[in-house]
Amino acid sequence: MASEEAPSGLQIHPMDQFIVKPLFGGDAIHWYTPTNVTLWMALAVLCVVLLLVIGTRGRAIVPSRVQSIAELAYGFVYKMVEDVAGKDGLKYFPYIMTLFIFIVFANFLGLIPMSFTTTSHIAVTATMALAVFFAVTILGIVKHGVGFLSLFWISSAPLVLRPILAIIEVISYFVRPVSHSIRLAGNMMAGHAVIKVFAGFAGVLGVGAVFPLAAITAVYALETLVSFIQAYVFAILTCVYLRDALHPHH
Amino acid sequence: MATETHAADAAAHGGEAVGMPQLDFSTFPNQIFWLVVTLVVIYFVLSRIALPRIGAVLAERQGTISNDIAAAEELKLKAQEAEKAYEKALADARAEAQRIVGEAKAEIKADLDAATAKADAEIAARAAEAEKQIAEIRANAMQSVTEVAKATAVDVVAALGFQADAGAVNAAVDSKLKG
Repeated sequence: MASEEAPSGLQIHPMDQFIVKPLFGGDAIHWYTPTNVTLWMALAVLCVVLLLVIGTRGRAIVPSRVQSIAELAYGFVYKMVEDVAGKDGLKYFPYIMTLFIFIVFANFLGLIPMSFTTTSHIAVTATMALAVFFAVTILGIVKHGVGFLSLFWISSAPLVLRPILAIIEVISYFVRPVSHSIRLAGNMMAGHAVIKVFAGFAGVLGVGAVFPLAAITAVYALETLVSFIQAYVFAILTCVYLRDALHPHH
Repeated sequence: MATETHAADAAAHGGEAVGMPQLDFSTFPNQIFWLVVTLVVIYFVLSRIALPRIGAVLAERQGTISNDIAAAEELKLKAQEAEKAYEKALADARAEAQRIVGEAKAEIKADLDAATAKADAEIAARAAEAEKQIAEIRANAMQSVTEVAKATAVDVVAALGFQADAGAVNAAVDSKLKG
């Protein structure tokens, strides 16, 4: 991973930015130790509060700029839940909004130079993906009982094909949390690592550093896009899974 | 900065930073714990404060907009009604004016007719009177002529040296005048 072909002191540690370390010194990382994870997650919470609570303080009929951003975010996720998961999915809107808004802010905070991207860690994204997986599975079983298994029995397919399709469906169902989590973490990690690699080149190239700098600018723009898109993808997949749990019959 | 953290981490984890920090399982409990704390905090902030507030604001705005649209619709209807009423009033006024003009014309015509009829009657009366007078005058004149003729005849007869019989002369004159 860390490309350390070090000619003339080229030192590139693209993965160092992802190291979890205690905030207040010390070596041991217990589950309760305040680490850079804690710091950047707290900053994400702070941003959420600033945007969605402080920003909407005026409750204005004609909104301020911050309030319209908050309303846009609300409307965006609300409409997504309504369109994808259906009207009865709106009950779970706060949960999906929580995930979406956290991932958006974690991703964007990770774009600040020298910051720490919490969503680039598989531990974080897998926890969220598994939480979604278990939540929708339990919800489906509670709502439909054995009927939830009809999700795997595609009644519109020819009868001969149904057992085969059922196996495929079951496998794809259990692979969901894997793809759900690795997609987000992988996207975040890859882009940040690439930026770091280019930054390492820029450090040793002198005047020629304009090329890696241009590349960094381009990748940074792409990463800005990816930050939002991945949060959107995570949220919309959650909605899709929720729809499957609420309406397992194809 | 990078080398420093690298060194620190290398000291802490025996050079694991060369690999992927994402696969350093010793940090997992820490990350998961803080993630859960973060998500719970965000969830409560959203579900208790932010989302109800934004939802209420959006609903209120929607309500205001629909109210305004309804009010505008109502005002438009009122304006149309007012226009209709105005046009109706205008038409009524025109009809009324027409009617008054017609009445006035009829009245004037009636007056005129009456005056004409009266004038005609007067003219007729006067004409009749004049005729009567003329007839009278004519009768008088006839009378006078008869008398003069009789007197003259008597005188003429007397002048001729005859003793005139007044009665015979008168009868002769009358028969002459009639013929």
